[in-house]
Amino acid sequence: MIRTDKILLKHGSGGKSMATLVHEIFMRYFDNSILSEKTDAARIDVPNQKLVFTTDAFVVDPIFFPGGDIGKLAVCGTVNDLAVTGAKPLFLSASFIIEEGFPVTDLIRVVKSMAKASAEAGVKIVAGDTKVVHKGKCDKIFISTSGIGTIGLKQIPIATGKRMKPGDHIIVTGYVGDHGTAVMAAREGFNMQIRVRSDCAPLNHMIQRLLKAGIDITFMRDATRGGVATVLNEAVEGKSLGISVNEQKVPCRSAVRGFCELLGFDPLYIANEGKAVIIVRPGDALKALHVLRKDQYGRLAADIGTITRNNPGRVILQTQTGSQRYLDMLSGDQLPRIC
Amino acid sequence: MKKIPYIDVYRDQTLLKDISSRIHAISKKEVQFMEVCGGHTMAIHQFGIRQMLPPTIKLLSGPGCPVCVTSRIYIDKAIRIGQMKDVIITTYGDLIRVPGSSSSLERERGNGMDVRMVYSAMDAVVIARENPTRQVVFLGIGFETTAPASAITIIEAKKSGLVNFSLLSAHKVMPPVMQQLIHEGIRINGYIAPGHVSAITGTRMYQPIVENFHIPVVVSGFEAADILHSILLLVRQVESGTPRVEVQYKRVVKSEGNTIAQERMRQVFSPADEPWRGFGVIPESGLRIRKAFSTFDADLRFPLKMKESPEPKGCICGNILKGLQAPADCRLFAKKCTPDDPVGACMVSSEGACAAAYKYAT
Repeated sequence: MIRTDKILLKHGSGGKSMATLVHEIFMRYFDNSILSEKTDAARIDVPNQKLVFTTDAFVVDPIFFPGGDIGKLAVCGTVNDLAVTGAKPLFLSASFIIEEGFPVTDLIRVVKSMAKASAEAGVKIVAGDTKVVHKGKCDKIFISTSGIGTIGLKQIPIATGKRMKPGDHIIVTGYVGDHGTAVMAAREGFNMQIRVRSDCAPLNHMIQRLLKAGIDITFMRDATRGGVATVLNEAVEGKSLGISVNEQKVPCRSAVRGFCELLGFDPLYIANEGKAVIIVRPGDALKALHVLRKDQYGRLAADIGTITRNNPGRVILQTQTGSQRYLDMLSGDQLPRIC
Repeated sequence: MKKIPYIDVYRDQTLLKDISSRIHAISKKEVQFMEVCGGHTMAIHQFGIRQMLPPTIKLLSGPGCPVCVTSRIYIDKAIRIGQMKDVIITTYGDLIRVPGSSSSLERERGNGMDVRMVYSAMDAVVIARENPTRQVVFLGIGFETTAPASAITIIEAKKSGLVNFSLLSAHKVMPPVMQQLIHEGIRINGYIAPGHVSAITGTRMYQPIVENFHIPVVVSGFEAADILHSILLLVRQVESGTPRVEVQYKRVVKSEGNTIAQERMRQVFSPADEPWRGFGVIPESGLRIRKAFSTFDADLRFPLKMKESPEPKGCICGNILKGLQAPADCRLFAKKCTPDDPVGACMVSSEGACAAAYKYAT
């Protein structure tokens, strides 16, 4: 039994207390046959396919926010990184760096949330590690997840965008800016009442459906930090292609727009955790929207622009006012304006 | 995009085309209008206002970005104070990236300085209450828009007997610099004046500009239609030769302004000579904390001798703030000086002319 209500240094020291913690929290909620073998490294069976492998670290503040928490984020973030390459995510590892004094109930809440997200995504957490650091040496809890997925031997690589052509359509899978807005508004000192929840979600099933429907995807990426604008810039960076985006077609909640207007932000730069930018052949755009809109995470998918021959390497925004301007990559953080 | 009431109507393409065609129809004289405020500079780029104007009208960006005109000495001083034992520096977000002569608050935060970003001046007072053993210094920058909020924090601090709170004032007022630009011989045929400043101050303060220099002033809102409409009003005044102070932003601005805010400002601050980046000292253009509140004056609480250092080599922020040169005229622009690694202040602030040109340039 864990007898304390706080995580203490001994819970990371490799002794009995750590064994109890691992057993009563991690093994209990992440429960699967591979993990329960309790070996130093997980032995996993993978089909005869190409492997994709990724890793990510999560340090969000606050750790609980409307629509999610750091645990859900740590699972969905890695699942989505795998999924947007066209892969089927299978296994995750999870490392926890916990600040001494962190409430055990909060840890359970985070771990339960990870278990739930993994179950939804259909992935297993098969390896992990825990370290406890002195108070003040980390902010509550940091989680790092790595993930392995598989991709068919014949699957054409879509992550690089090398097959993009002028005329290809750009789809975003729903409202932009929800996650960043929800987290910022939940931060201490903001005192802003706003009904926006993080969009944090595993997108792998939706993406697999798209691939199964035979949609010819020429580029795909999840629009996390830096938002949709950053992904669009990455798509054409160093290429002989440009992008034209119609601002009015970008789906965005009025609450998020209002929040951004107030602080001088642009929703196109705000982080998402459940949105992908998907570039498809022009003939497949309608079908792709049809498939996406049938999924709970793609109901508001929209066609927002096209790949162009003009302005190579740059993203041009057709603004609401009828003018045109560059939509550049984000420089530094977006900081609230003064007046 | 979902609609937002009170905003989208001012970005309507049909409306904008209509205003634009009216401007095209009556604009004959070659004119230069200056938007004084950084918020306007940003909006003009964001909405692509220049693309809607005839070639007869040139827009100049002025010195109304509070971060841009904050002197390097001020940043240096804030850093020196922040380096003292048991001090918390509180500031609006934009300021943390501004380079002083050798460092910035952002860099110092990386070195362990306690620099906290606040969204409201009152948050700084709250931090002071929560940290009674430490000195909390609020960096008061901005024009008549932010000065009342700073004044209220000081009144509040005095009322509640808070002994560990002080304000380092670099607050400035708008009209003197607008006159200074004309004195320096810069050709300005009309001012687009900031609507939020006039929401506080009213409009009478611009009367001397019209009377002494015969230059029209239109107090403008910040939406696309506001700015374009203000330009139309300026063109009408210029073409008919009848300069006056006119309010475009009628839904917010009253000619007498917000008299309560004015009173608080007067209660706490008195006019003082103030250094402006790119201009030097402009008489009576700053706001100093009055004697009655001197215990809350960080300048007095932390008396420091500061030395002026030269502007970085090649940086033409000074001329850009005066509308004499454009960001693209600068050798450093988009090369050595970018928003990620700014050399001059105009590249730092999200409302700086260089940052706007870099972000939105087409």
